[in-house]
This record gives sequence, structure tokens and C-alpha cells, in this order.
Amino acid sequence: MSGTAVEAQWLEIGYRNGRDVTTVLSDVNLTVPPGEFLTILGPSGCGKSTLLRVVANLLDPLGGQIAVLGNTPEAARRARKTGFVFQDATLLPWRTVGQNIRLPAVVGGRQARQLPDTRIAELMALLGLSGLEDRYPSQLSGGQRQRVAIARALIDEPEILLMDEPFGALDEITRDRLNDELLGIWRETGMTILFVTHSIEEAVYLGQRVIVMAANPGRILNIHDLRPVKTGDNRCQRDNAAIVSEIAAQRQLLAEAS
Amino acid sequence: MTRLSNILAPIFGALSILVAWQFLLPLSGVPAYIAPTPTKIIAVFFNQTDLILSNFLPTAMEALAGFFIGNLAAVLFAILFAYARFIRMAYFPVVLFFNTIPILALSPIIILIFGLGMTPKIIIAAIICFFPTLVNMIRGLASASKNEEELFGMLSANKFEIFLRLHLPRSLPMLFSSLRIATATAVIGAIVGEWIGADKGLGALIIQATFNYQSDKLYAAIVASSSLSIAMFAVVAVVEARVMRGWAR
Repeated sequence: MSGTAVEAQWLEIGYRNGRDVTTVLSDVNLTVPPGEFLTILGPSGCGKSTLLRVVANLLDPLGGQIAVLGNTPEAARRARKTGFVFQDATLLPWRTVGQNIRLPAVVGGRQARQLPDTRIAELMALLGLSGLEDRYPSQLSGGQRQRVAIARALIDEPEILLMDEPFGALDEITRDRLNDELLGIWRETGMTILFVTHSIEEAVYLGQRVIVMAANPGRILNIHDLRPVKTGDNRCQRDNAAIVSEIAAQRQLLAEAS
Repeated sequence: MTRLSNILAPIFGALSILVAWQFLLPLSGVPAYIAPTPTKIIAVFFNQTDLILSNFLPTAMEALAGFFIGNLAAVLFAILFAYARFIRMAYFPVVLFFNTIPILALSPIIILIFGLGMTPKIIIAAIICFFPTLVNMIRGLASASKNEEELFGMLSANKFEIFLRLHLPRSLPMLFSSLRIATATAVIGAIVGEWIGADKGLGALIIQATFNYQSDKLYAAIVASSSLSIAMFAVVAVVEARVMRGWAR
């Protein structure tokens, strides 16, 4: 299974509560090559966030096989090869922006490791946060908070970035800007990104491939390759006719499944 | 302007009540041994400073010691109950039962065991502070969101790191809200202890003044005890503002 970022075979995902087992998602077969930008699209309750949590090793699968960077999801998490960005930013309100970004360096047995100040400065510049290091999260806008959350996830230079509807609570203008910035970061770092969203436009705009999922029962409907309609580095225009027709096609697919 | 009126409005309110009290009380026919005028109460602080101070200091020491011991014990027990499931299951119901005993019923027992010195008053003040802080602290330690727990899980944080860097800071808002309440209850505990058996302290002064119909001394003792609570509250508020700066501006 080496040579792939994520490989899942007949994965079954759900929750165990004593003897009760609730299956959220079954028969997941997926291969994500390194460096891909993959978006996971679907309605609420289809299990897209749960799938991301299995890759992150925040949840064990009920069955099937999964490998992350050729190893177990736990090994990837322990080696800090996977980073996670939550929908609500999850910044600690008692820590400043700088302290929040440094959090990965002070927990999980990383105390001895000194982060060079230049690394923090570079990350803050990359995410347009320069000058905000001493601010508290309560003093930031929603978009700035998500930028801090992304900076925190990038500090360990993960090979795979897992993003769970990170821009879902933002206004459309901020979301569009962050989408473009994220594409810039992806191009610059070459990392693999698994991006969960319920926005068809966002999924089609960002992803090289889109996993379209349906709910009740949670399942993968289709894995759609968008590379033919995008140039090599994933650049595209929001009003590009091919993209607009892709959005309409995915909407039709989801409507038929529900 | 708004800041100034925020300060001036309550001062105006309090002064207007004091002025009305001063001038309307003699007209109402209420005898001086039941209710003194504000100037007579203030006069006690100037003419009998030693009496007020010699009773204020023991009560202040009992209330402060009770406040620290009661809250410290509550925080330590909360940590124990929050992380040791068996101990919580075994002993939390006992603590709950203990809390249902009225402090007034418990106080004579504590005086019987520890005598008439300061110790029983400190214990009563500590007990009265203990339970609200314990309950709030247990809730505070469990108040981190699912995403925050997952974030620390992603970072492979160990249990001590999760406690120190997530659960403990998360518990601070609830801890401080109990500490603010405890500034008043610690003083109540010390005074209740003094009522039951003491020859000094504001509680003892209240009892003596009541039985001797010295209403000016009684009211002066009440003002002194309330000033003690306010001073303790102010200290907690300042510490809270420093510790929690930036949290929710």
C-alpha cells in the first residue's frame, strides 16, 4: 500500500456503544495519491466528517483496511504526518494567536523541540496573519480565526491536511478568498489535502477529484475526476463554463440520490 | 460621559437613600434603639475604631482562611472526582449528603469538637465555600468541547497535558464564578460560627449589640462585615480580570 497518501479497502465506519453498533458508512474503497487535492462532498449525515476522522485516527473503523502514508492512521498521527482543521477553528481562547499556532510544539512529547521563530513568522506571513501574533482569538474575525487554525495545522509540516468544512461558517466573500489562498498553499507545499464540504461550488472549485456522497445509508455515490477540465496546477475560473456544468451535474447527482 | 455616569449613578442612588434615611427616620417615630441614623453608624467607626477593628480582624482572618482552605480543598477534590471514576462513584454521593446538612445544624458540632477559638469558624467558613466550588469545578473540568478534545488527541497529548493545557484553563470561568460567590459565603460562615460561640469577631459584636439594644454598634458591625465581603470580591474580580484577560473581549 506504500506510495499512496490514503488507501482504503472495504472500509466500514460507525460508532460502537457497548454492544450497539451504528454503521455510518460502508464499502469505502478509495486511493488518494500523494499531493492530490481531494474534496469530499455530501449532505449532512452522509458520514463525510466521520470518514475524515478515521483517516485522522480520531475514530477506529468497524471493519476493512486503511493505510495512511503506507502505515496505520495511528502511526501517521503520532508522527504528525496528518494535520486537522476543524469547522469552528477550535482555537483556545486563553492563548494568543502565536501561542495557539505553537500549541503542537508544546504538547504530545514535543516540549524539547524548539521551533525557530522564523517558522512562525513564515507561516503567519503565508496566511496573512503578520502583526496579529499577540491578539486573542476573541479579537479576530471568523476568517482570521480559520487562518490561525490552518497555520497551527501546518506548523508540523504534515504530508496530509484533513479539513472538516473549515470555511462552512464564513461569509461567501471570505470563503472565496480563503479558497484561493488554500489553493496557493497547496501548490506551494505539495501536500495532500482531503477537504470536506457541503458546498457543491466549493468542492468543484477546489478539488482535483470530488468524492460525492449520499446519506441514508451513507455511501460513496461517485468519485469524479475534474482534472480534464482544469489546467495542470488546478487553476480555474469560477465562471469557467466547464466548471459551471460540473456543478450542475453534481447537484443533479445529489438530488437524484436523496 | 457614559463611563462617568456609570460611576456617578450608583453613588447618587446610594447617597439619596442615605439622605432620605437620615432625615425621614426621626420623623417616622422609630426609636433609636431599633434603627439608628446613618450619621450615628458612621460615628461608631470614628469614636470606637478600636472596638470595630478588634472585632473586624478576627472575622477577616477566619473568613480569608476559610475561603482559601475551602476553595483549595474543593479544587483538589474536583480534580480527584473528575479523573478517578471509582472514587467519584463511591464518594460523591457522600459529599452530596453532607451538603444537605444545614450549616447552622452542623456548626454546634464543630464548636463542640474544636472549642471556642478561631479554628471552628475557619472550618465552618471553609465548609460553606466548599460545595459550590466543588460542583462548579467538576463541571468546568468537563467543559471542553468535543473538537478541543479531538485537537489534543490529534496532537497525541498525554492525560497530564490535556489536564494542564485544556481542562484546567477551561474550568477557570466556572471556578471564578464560584470564588466570587464564596467571598460572601466565607464571611457568612465566619459570622455564623461566631454567633454560636465566640467573645470576639463581628458575629460576637452583632450578638452583644443586639442584646444590649446598641443599634448603632449592630449596624456598624453589619457595615463592617459587608465591607469585608466587598473587599474580598474586589480582589477576586481583579485576579480574574488579570488571569482571564483576552478571553472574551
